[in-house]
Amino acid sequence: MIQFNQVSKRYPGGYEALNQVSFQIKRGEMAFLTGHSGAGKTTLLRLIALIERASQGQIVVNGQHLGRLPNSGIPYVRRGIGVIFQEHRLLFDRTIFDNVALPLVIAGYRHQDIRRRVRAALDKVGLLEKERSYPITLSGGQQQRVGIARAVVNKPPLLLADEPTGNLDPDLSREIMQLFLDFNQVGVTVLIASHALGLIKSLQRRVLVLESGKLIADQ
Amino acid sequence: MDAPIRRKKNTRRPARKSAPTPGRRKTPGIFRSRLRPLDAWLLHHLHVLVFSLGQLSRTPFPTLMTAAVIGIALALPSGLYLLLDNARQLSQSWDDTVRISVFLNIDVSDVQAQQLATKLQQRSEIQQVQVISRAKALAEYQQLSGFSKALETLDGNPLPAVLVVQPQLNPELGASQNSQVLLALLQALPEVDIAQFDMRWLKRLLAIMEIIHRSVLVLAALLGLAVLLITGNTIRLSIQNRRQEIEINKLFGATDAFIRRPFLYAGLWYGLFGAVIAWSLVQLAFALLQNPVQKLSVLYQSHYQLSVFSYQDVFLLLATGVVLGLAGAWLAVSRHLQEIQPR
Repeated sequence: MIQFNQVSKRYPGGYEALNQVSFQIKRGEMAFLTGHSGAGKTTLLRLIALIERASQGQIVVNGQHLGRLPNSGIPYVRRGIGVIFQEHRLLFDRTIFDNVALPLVIAGYRHQDIRRRVRAALDKVGLLEKERSYPITLSGGQQQRVGIARAVVNKPPLLLADEPTGNLDPDLSREIMQLFLDFNQVGVTVLIASHALGLIKSLQRRVLVLESGKLIADQ
Repeated sequence: MDAPIRRKKNTRRPARKSAPTPGRRKTPGIFRSRLRPLDAWLLHHLHVLVFSLGQLSRTPFPTLMTAAVIGIALALPSGLYLLLDNARQLSQSWDDTVRISVFLNIDVSDVQAQQLATKLQQRSEIQQVQVISRAKALAEYQQLSGFSKALETLDGNPLPAVLVVQPQLNPELGASQNSQVLLALLQALPEVDIAQFDMRWLKRLLAIMEIIHRSVLVLAALLGLAVLLITGNTIRLSIQNRRQEIEINKLFGATDAFIRRPFLYAGLWYGLFGAVIAWSLVQLAFALLQNPVQKLSVLYQSHYQLSVFSYQDVFLLLATGVVLGLAGAWLAVSRHLQEIQPR
């Protein structure tokens, strides 16, 4: 599903965020990405979501060589990736329903179908009764769950999450992780950047460890 | 947590199963779960058109302000143009009646004048000849000039007979050329003292109007540019205000065209509203002018009515507004949308 071959990312000014990183994540696998802040976790996710391009090396996502992809092809690759952010990044002038519906609207689904899928996604994260509310009325954990519903609503084969539990207390974090486990169980490939080491350990999944841009462990 | 997953799968299954069934093959694209690209595209356009209107209506006051500025910028040249159009119509109705006043020699009697008139009347290039006899000329002069006392002291009638000649317009030649030839011809007659156009001033007026016409065009071009910049700037601000939304859209796979669309439609709405405001402003201004113009035309014993926008003009005005709005939005969008990339 995700394949990195000797990937480096150098920012203008010489800072090297990733250095010769190679790994492979199979379809249907779930993996965690850890490391200190600044180790390159976010950069790695950004390369997969095509927010940035690698300076060197080869990245293949869902069978697509990202290096050969023209800019006009980026949107279509992104439709196959659900992204979840630490700071949720919901649109505060729209209802929960409209927030979750966004990827479907972008992909051009028909109205009734959007309705059905959004409600299913909201039901999955336990927020169906909130569909008419605005994000500002929700707690941090609820907002994160809306973010997850938005990421999975068009059933992408790949989920990326950047510190999804960063601002949450341990109980809420556990709930969120359970959601990811559920999605993984139905065949979604999941890659989560996190430094909640205790929680990660308890889940007993593959863990990739980054340190100053290098992959130092793959357990 | 397992139950919801299963429910989700169930909801999806019927749609999948039904797709290959031959009976449902013929269902129009709009009833299929994923729209055909063209249907999706059209539907999306319609949706965005309404959506962008909704977004504008959420901030009615700023929207109205922008539209009003555009409206005034459009109203000025279109109002002037309409005024000019009216003046042109008016002068054209005069142009048809370009007449030549032929002052006969003082020793030509009324009877001779009448004979000459009859003779001229037969010429093809003359439509009509009207005779103002010496006596009639005197009576008119006495009545109009206020010199009646002075005239009474004179021995005889000092005024010559006058023929008022209305040229027959030959459509193959220009109006002025027609009349020039005829003028020369009349001037050459032995009985004629002076032949002259009544309406030399009209030509000057027409020349002046041509200058004004050009000025209105220049003004229209400048104000059109202003409309372009106003919409461009407004759209630029709204792009900046919705930066977050644009980033999220891009992250979830929105194409540039998808993101561009609501802004372009916002520009379209601004232009359309501006044009409607311009139309109303001009209509209002002309309604205010109608009465004084009527009074004036009554003084000239005419039934002249100010003509207002025809349907064609209104359509043209609205289309201009829409095109300028769209173009302004396009300028802003093409310049500023690329700068916004997701973080």
